[in-house]
Amino acid sequence: MHFHLTGEQAAIQDAVRGTLADTWPMERLHAFADGEDDFDKGSWDALMALGLGGMLAPDSGMGLLDAVLVAEVVGEAAAPGPLIGQLLTVAAVARGGNAAAGEYLDTLTSGETVATLVHGGSAFVPCARAADLFLIVDRDAGVRLVAASDAEVEAVRATDRSRPVSKVAFPPDAGARLFSGTDAMTARLADAALVLVAADALGGAQKVTDLSVAYAKEREQFGQPIGRFQGLKHQLAHMALDVEPARALVWYAAYAWDAGLPDALRAAAMAKAHLCDVYVRTTRAAIAAHGGIGYTWEYGLHYWFRRAAFDRAWLGSPAAHRARAAALAGW
Amino acid sequence: MDLSYGEAAEAFRGEVRAFLSLHWPPPSDTRGADLKAFIRTFRALATEQGYLYRAIPKCYGGSEQPVDVVKAQVIREEFQRARAPMEVGGNGMNMTVPTLLEKGTDEQKELFIRGTVEGDYIWGQGYSEPGSGSDLASVRTKGELSADGGKWIINGQKIWTSQGMQATHMFMLVRTEPDAPKHDGITYLLIDLDQPGVTRRPIRQMTGEEGDHTFCEFFFDNAETPVSWQVGERGQGWYVSRTTLKHERAAIGGADGLGRQFAKLVDLAKEVGRIDEPMIRDRLAQIEGFVLSHRYSSYRIFSNAIAGEDAGPVQLMMKLLLTEIGHDMALLAQELIGEHGFVEPAGAGGRGNRGPRGPEKWLDQIMGSLGNSIAGGASNIQRNIIGERGLGLPRDLAMSGER
Repeated sequence: MHFHLTGEQAAIQDAVRGTLADTWPMERLHAFADGEDDFDKGSWDALMALGLGGMLAPDSGMGLLDAVLVAEVVGEAAAPGPLIGQLLTVAAVARGGNAAAGEYLDTLTSGETVATLVHGGSAFVPCARAADLFLIVDRDAGVRLVAASDAEVEAVRATDRSRPVSKVAFPPDAGARLFSGTDAMTARLADAALVLVAADALGGAQKVTDLSVAYAKEREQFGQPIGRFQGLKHQLAHMALDVEPARALVWYAAYAWDAGLPDALRAAAMAKAHLCDVYVRTTRAAIAAHGGIGYTWEYGLHYWFRRAAFDRAWLGSPAAHRARAAALAGW
Repeated sequence: MDLSYGEAAEAFRGEVRAFLSLHWPPPSDTRGADLKAFIRTFRALATEQGYLYRAIPKCYGGSEQPVDVVKAQVIREEFQRARAPMEVGGNGMNMTVPTLLEKGTDEQKELFIRGTVEGDYIWGQGYSEPGSGSDLASVRTKGELSADGGKWIINGQKIWTSQGMQATHMFMLVRTEPDAPKHDGITYLLIDLDQPGVTRRPIRQMTGEEGDHTFCEFFFDNAETPVSWQVGERGQGWYVSRTTLKHERAAIGGADGLGRQFAKLVDLAKEVGRIDEPMIRDRLAQIEGFVLSHRYSSYRIFSNAIAGEDAGPVQLMMKLLLTEIGHDMALLAQELIGEHGFVEPAGAGGRGNRGPRGPEKWLDQIMGSLGNSIAGGASNIQRNIIGERGLGLPRDLAMSGER
């Protein structure tokens, strides 16, 4: 029986956290948010230099749980870059048996080739302008890999400033089909995407809770730290209560996917639905807990608030996944 | 991660199953006193095997086993599966015995532990008073030494004592040093409740229940207890009362119970014909997100316990999480039972003679879930604990003297 992080897993998180602290401090995030780019080469290369690109390759010796731990730290830092798309594209290409797609495997793993995830049926794609490849995952139609030259990309003013989306259109049957809609890998990839988004949400929710707690210890009113007042203390306790127990829900979904458990499909849906709700609630609570400073652009809480709005709607809303979970349970 | 318990644990599970298949259940016609005697013998056999009372030394009727949270979990699972009785429950096993093992004299251990383990002594908790709830260290029930110095003479009132009507003994906090600082003037006493100076009265609960299973209040009018029944030093009772049972405490049991209750809520939605409504399905799945978070967090805490590591703040959250989920389930249950809730269930409160019960039986949970937010550390106290011990926020000035 083992259901907590190993020292090695904690070390992976520390390495990613350290790399992002160096390459993605708040000043960089501010500058990026006011710029035109949808990709930051510096932080991307630094992450890829850690060897993260191939985590979901079948021979990596790692699994979705490890990828989830990385996605959590990326969410915590509000880092840019299509990490989820990159990891899933490697997973798909390495298992897909398509020779042309296979040509990309090495540069995808190293991060030189950038791939982003397209939710089948959605026009909005994060980091689309920087992407060389698009992995379209559609539970019904299957999985396709499309080159940037086949995509029509239109920039929009994106709400999520750390992972800006563009509007993207593809000609019918563009690119190579890696898996059909009935291939088990299609559902596996779609499920992995849900768990990775849940992990991004977990990291962000934890981050804004930590920021709120730190602020409550430091900010003084009536001659004392405001965190001493029970009203705020209880609000912060509830934020923590929302986030910390949900961590194990993400771990379980990743573990179930790695172990191929029968409830992996449902666990992914539950994790995505629950964590995205938690993320939205927590970012709202964090801004409320901070008072005026929380409502400023400069302080930056809004980056996670915006990211929460993206995570919540991307790949299907919590209500949509709960409806799936209800059907999967046979209710 | 790996949720299996491992080969050694599965071999052990086989042993426990073999034991249970030999000794449980009793023959189907066993009733009354015979059933009681059968259970007593069964517990003695299970203790002999090392399955029950693992933290208690053999000389006091326990099985004195080394700490092994996995074995303890396997035992719980198999006993539950076989619906076999485990240790006697209640305050005696949860509070008195661990306190005596850590702080009691040899004479006190000798006198009380075996009787408690075997179910002969039932303990009431004498902590809260009408004026002392969350602010427990403000207790005013008075203890004074008799002229010869051999007895404590007790005067005052205690309240919210569960199992109070059956209790044979009480462990209590009394103020013995009225001039000492709040926390340093309290002494921890054991007392025999069968004496003229003790009056008890059941308190009728919101469920309508009154009697054997409800909580009680106690009045002490020159009640007596020998000085040798004082646990720990005079004036140090507050610190004695902080002793808790740590042995093999991590368990997945709470999560299993919650999971079963959630499954029943789904069954209720089916029973009343509303399972196909999207709003009901969404609310069920929302609640299940918390139910599963609780379940997997209990796996996490259990896994940490096996490794001898501290699971961190999540442990402080489990009680409040359970309470909050209970509230959410109550709200949905209330929606689902509709007019069934106009009629009180048979045996309201979950005890007594039940007979057939329909959806109205959820009134027990709807009311009982409120009890959970009060008993064993009220929810606002839990929020303080999470905020202060978990998040490191500064203590409320009014409470900063507490330890």
